[in-house]
Formats: sequence, C-alpha cells, structure tokens
Amino acid sequence: MKTDGNTTVNKLELDGLSVGYHGRPLISDIAFALRPGEILTLIGPNGAGKTTILKSITRHLAAISGTVYIDGQNSRALDGKSFATKLAVVLTDRIRPELMTCREFAEAGRYPYTGSFGRLTPHDREIVNKALAAVHAEEIAEQEIATVSDGQRQRVLLARAICQEPEIIVLDEPTSYLDVKHKIELLEILRTMAREQGIAVVMSLHEIDLAEKISDKLVCVKGDAIAGYGPPEAIFRDDFITSLFDIKHGSFHSLTGAVELKKPQGEPRCFVIGGAGYGVPFYRALQKKGFPFAAGILPENDIDYPVAAALAQAVISCAAFMPVGTEQTEAAKRQIDAVNTVIDCGCPMGEYNRANGELISYAAKQNKRILRTVGELSEVTL
Amino acid sequence: MEEHGKKTLRYALVFAALLLLFCVAVLWNVNTGSVSISLREITEILLRRETADPTAYSIIWKIRLPRLLLAAVLGGALSLAGFLLQTFFRNPIAGPFVLGISSGAKMFLAVVTIALSGLLPFIPVWLTVIAAFLGSMLSMGIVLAFAGKIKNMSVLLVIGIMISYICSAVTEFLINFANEADIVNLTHWSHGSFSAASWSDVGAAAAVALPTALIVFLLSKPISVFALGEGYAQSVGVNVRGFRVLLILLSSVLSACVVAFAGPISFVGVAVPHIARMTLKTSKPALLIPACFLGGAVFCMLCDLIARTAFAPTELSIGTVTSAVGAPIVIWLMVSRRAKREN
Repeated sequence: MKTDGNTTVNKLELDGLSVGYHGRPLISDIAFALRPGEILTLIGPNGAGKTTILKSITRHLAAISGTVYIDGQNSRALDGKSFATKLAVVLTDRIRPELMTCREFAEAGRYPYTGSFGRLTPHDREIVNKALAAVHAEEIAEQEIATVSDGQRQRVLLARAICQEPEIIVLDEPTSYLDVKHKIELLEILRTMAREQGIAVVMSLHEIDLAEKISDKLVCVKGDAIAGYGPPEAIFRDDFITSLFDIKHGSFHSLTGAVELKKPQGEPRCFVIGGAGYGVPFYRALQKKGFPFAAGILPENDIDYPVAAALAQAVISCAAFMPVGTEQTEAAKRQIDAVNTVIDCGCPMGEYNRANGELISYAAKQNKRILRTVGELSEVTL
Repeated sequence: MEEHGKKTLRYALVFAALLLLFCVAVLWNVNTGSVSISLREITEILLRRETADPTAYSIIWKIRLPRLLLAAVLGGALSLAGFLLQTFFRNPIAGPFVLGISSGAKMFLAVVTIALSGLLPFIPVWLTVIAAFLGSMLSMGIVLAFAGKIKNMSVLLVIGIMISYICSAVTEFLINFANEADIVNLTHWSHGSFSAASWSDVGAAAAVALPTALIVFLLSKPISVFALGEGYAQSVGVNVRGFRVLLILLSSVLSACVVAFAGPISFVGVAVPHIARMTLKTSKPALLIPACFLGGAVFCMLCDLIARTAFAPTELSIGTVTSAVGAPIVIWLMVSRRAKREN
C-alpha cells in the first residue's frame, strides 16, 4: 500500500509514468497523486498530451513505463471488471446512439454489476435514479440522448459514470461545447459529487480560469514533461500561465483569471483617467481600435489596475491603500502634455482620488480634447 | 414507471405481431403455388402426414416446405448479420453486401466454376455452396485483417466497399474469358433464389445459422455497451479487440451461409433491422436480436411469395423483390422519423 505521508490511501497515484503512442514516449516521468474527494485537473496547451495521459490512466492506452496505482494496487494487475468498479470515464467521443433514452444510457453504467443479460435489479434502478438526480437529469430521463442539448448530454454521460459506482472518475474535457451556464453547472455537480461521495476526479480542462476555481490540484502539461504540479495557488503565480501557454498576443492575470488581448503598440495617443472599474470599458474600446494609451492614476488594488496593466502602454499608479503623491501627479501631467486627448471615465471623486479631478481640470486648461463616453470615443480618430 | 409499462406493452405487441405474421407467412406460402391445394388438405398433410393425394403431399413436403423454411432461416440470418454490422460500424447502411461478402463469394465461385468446367460435366450444388461460403469468408477475412489495425470505422467501411469492387473486377475479368455455357451456374446463382431448396439445404443452413444466432443473442449484453462506442465498452471491461473480431466473424458466418445457399440477396440486412428498431423504438439488443431474426424470416418468406407469384409462371429473383419492397420501407421510416423529431 502506498501512502503519501498521511494515513489516507491515495485513490490514484501515478509513479514515473511515461505515456505515448507506438512505444515512443510523448511525456515522461509523470507523477501525481490524489485522495478521495479531490479534484485534479490537467491543464496545458492543445496537443500537449492531456488526453494521452488520461487514456493511459483509463487503460485505453498502455503505459510505456511506470505505474498507475489505483487504491494502492497496480492498475495493470486488475481485471476488466474490478477495474470498471473502481474507475469510470466520461469521454469526448461524440456518440449519438439512436433510439436510446438518457436513462438507458445511464443504465449502461451498471454493466459491471449486472448478470449475463444485463437485467437491472430494483437496486440497480435506484442507483440509476440517484445518479440522474445528482446530475439534474430526471426531467430528460425518458428523452432520447441523441436529441438533448450538449449540456444535458454531458450530464447524462456523467450520470452513466456515477452509475458505475467508481472511486475515481476520469473526464476528458467535460466542458467542451458547453455554454458558460452549463460549464458552471457541470463543475458544480462534480464538486458536490467529490465532496459528498468522496469520489476522486481527474479531468482535463481548457478553461484555465475554471480549472483554478474547481481544482484541488493542478498538473500542467507541456513539452515532454510535467511543467508544474500543485495546488492552484502555487500554479497561478506571476507569469507561469502566460509561459505555460506561450501567450504572446495577450495576457493572463493569475489572480483574477482574466484574459486580455494584445496591448496596442506605439506612443500613447491619449490619457485615460479611470478607477473603480470605470476605466475598463474605455481600455477595451481603445484596444479594439488599436490606439495605444496611458492610464492613471490608479491605486494598485483598484479593479481597473490589472486590466490597465495588461492593455496600457504606461500606467501611473500608487501603492495600495496609500494616497497619491506629487511625483505621480507630475508624471500624469507629463503624460497629458504629450497627448491631445484625455478621457474622463466618470469615476466618482472621493478623498483618495482627488488628484484625478485635478488632472481633468489641468487637461481642460491645456485645451486638450476631453472625451467622456465610449460612444464618443468610437467616433473619433486619435 | 408508467413509461416503463408503455414500453413493455409495445414490445409485447410487436413480438405478438411478428409471431402472427410468421404464421400467416408460413400458411400463405404453403397455400400458394401453381397447384392449388385446399387449406383443409394442407392441415392434414402438415399435421397427420397423410392424404389421399400423394402429389399434393410431395409438393408440400418436398417443394414448398423446404423452400419456405430456407427462406425463413436465411432471412433471419441475413437481417441479423446486418444488425451486427450496423452495430459494429455504428452506421445504419452497413450491411453484409456493402462489405464485399457477395462479391467475394461470386469471385470464388467464378474461379471454381471456370477451373472445373473442363473436368466436370456440371458443378454440383454442394460445391457451389462451399465455394460461395469460402469466398465470402475470404473477403470478410481481409476486412477483419484491416479491422485489427484500423480503428476508424468509416475507413474500415470504405475498405470493405473497395474489396467488393476488386472482387467484382476479378469476376468480370474471368467471365470475359469464360464460355457462356460454363458459367450458367454462376449466372443462375448470382440472381439469388430460394428455389430448388432441399431438406438437406435447410438442415445445413439451419445447422450453421441457428447456433450462430443463439451465440449472437447470448452476446446481447456486450453488444449493447458496444453501441456506446468502443471507448466506453472497454472502460466497463469488454475486451474490445477480441469483440471486434468476434462481431465480424459472426456476421460473416451468417451472411456467408445466406450467400452459399441462396446467392446474393440485397437489402434485407439493411431494411429489417431498421424496421425492427423503428417499431420497437429501442436500441436494446436483447430485444432487437430476436426481432431481427423473426422479422427477417417473415420478410424473406413474404418476398419469396411475391417473387414466385407476382409474374407466375416467371419467377423473379429474390433480390429484385427484397430491394423493391425494402428500400421504400426504409425511406418511409427514416423520413417519418425525421419529420416527427423536427416537430
């Protein structure tokens, strides 16, 4: 039996696993572990091998070297049936079996438990009902699976896996094709399932922002090895995600999970006075038009600040919870002198952003063009 | 559970209808022909095996009964083979003859016929049967060899179709250089017919088809999960690689058996499983397998009835009738289903 320091046995543990096709390793030396009720997510660029790793865990692909332990046992040593009672899958195959109801699809998860003709006992039916309830699919249970929406189908696929009564569920990109409502709903179901039934979840996700929020552990897959493994707070730091995905034409803010497009290049053509979220629509509008800009004066804990930092050529900022100093005001005035247009985003003035009010008056005195709405901005050329 | 009850009722009704149709088809077939025999006489002949009229007795026992039973067994086998191939390829138009089974059989038969034409005065029936059987198994063997390597079902389907073309090409090539008189046998075979069926044919066909059909029925649980895709099948413990081979093997044996005894019969393998699915409104193999077999039997018996009576005394080839009847049914079922779904 393998333990990881605690007395709890790991549900799933990968030890020096090399995965790939035709005997050629694609990713080597993969090692991670998860305990009951934990959610582990594989993230990384497309084609990095997330699916390959998942397929090696689910035995759809033979591992090249190393071992997958399930409940402390070498998974290769398990026979098909006992493997199926420990681990269930939700695959990306877009299957649409004709004339099969959602309930019948879920019932297929009872396969390892039923007799030679697959007849369901009342106990089996109860488990199917519970699984359908857990994924909020009771209402569509009698509908054909080929006719329900992608979001509903994905939940029924999960219900099938739950019917298998596994200790581990492996999902390959379960949120693909889903709209945001269904993405959140599905992840919520997974979290509840993990928490209440102690099922360990391994999955791959495209949405790194969601991955950060749903996962207990993250595994970053890039190149021929694991680029990072740990809790989200350890992974989502500084520029790690930006470099993991080689983001060159935009940015990713680790703390908020916000993605921004590429900042406009060149000398700033206007100065944007924002704050408290009033600046964001203007920054984005300028980015769309391709106008480089400078922004200020923003405290570093302002909600506008991360977006400004991602999109503006220059941001004049002051430290969090500190008043604006003269040097920042002077720097802002120099920026205003260098441009013809100043944007007043309409942020209400208070004790700590009085300097911004001064800047607007200064700009007016300097005969700068002052824009106040996104609509106005869209009509002018800078 | 109300839903459940409604479904069970539907299944019961469909199977009752099938059994009724089966009996009707049997009686109708026995009762129809160039010599008319009264129903009372038929019952006597069938049940008591004695009658005043020895001619009627032998017409029924030596001609009509073996013919209709052969049609029943082979029709069942054919539709079951279609069902298996559709499950395997997850494609509703996959059928035994799309995949080169009949062209493989014809090619082999052509080779045998032409090679032996100088040596034998005529080709005995048993040789035709064996040659056709080997030919269809050969062409399916090639598909099977590819099935081990290629995972993509559409590609595999295309390979099957290509093999079918290659076999046809070889056959045409051989026929070009053959004597007209030597290939009468081949021409006759390729029209497909249940005529001249003997009790030994029925026995041999049943000995192959019935046990195979039973094995298929016993496999209905893994077949049901196979319909979800190989990924899921494997994840619940099915040995997918072995099962693929088994599925193709079973469907080849069934369709080879048909080809050997009756020649190529198109469309039963596509039409009947469709009709079975649409009327039962289910995807459960445990129900579909018996329904396909029964349905195929009824379908072929009725088609054979049409073949021999529609333009009597000229007999149509069975394939003509099955296509003419089967294709419109499939179109109608598909269209009405789509229309329903869109509403």
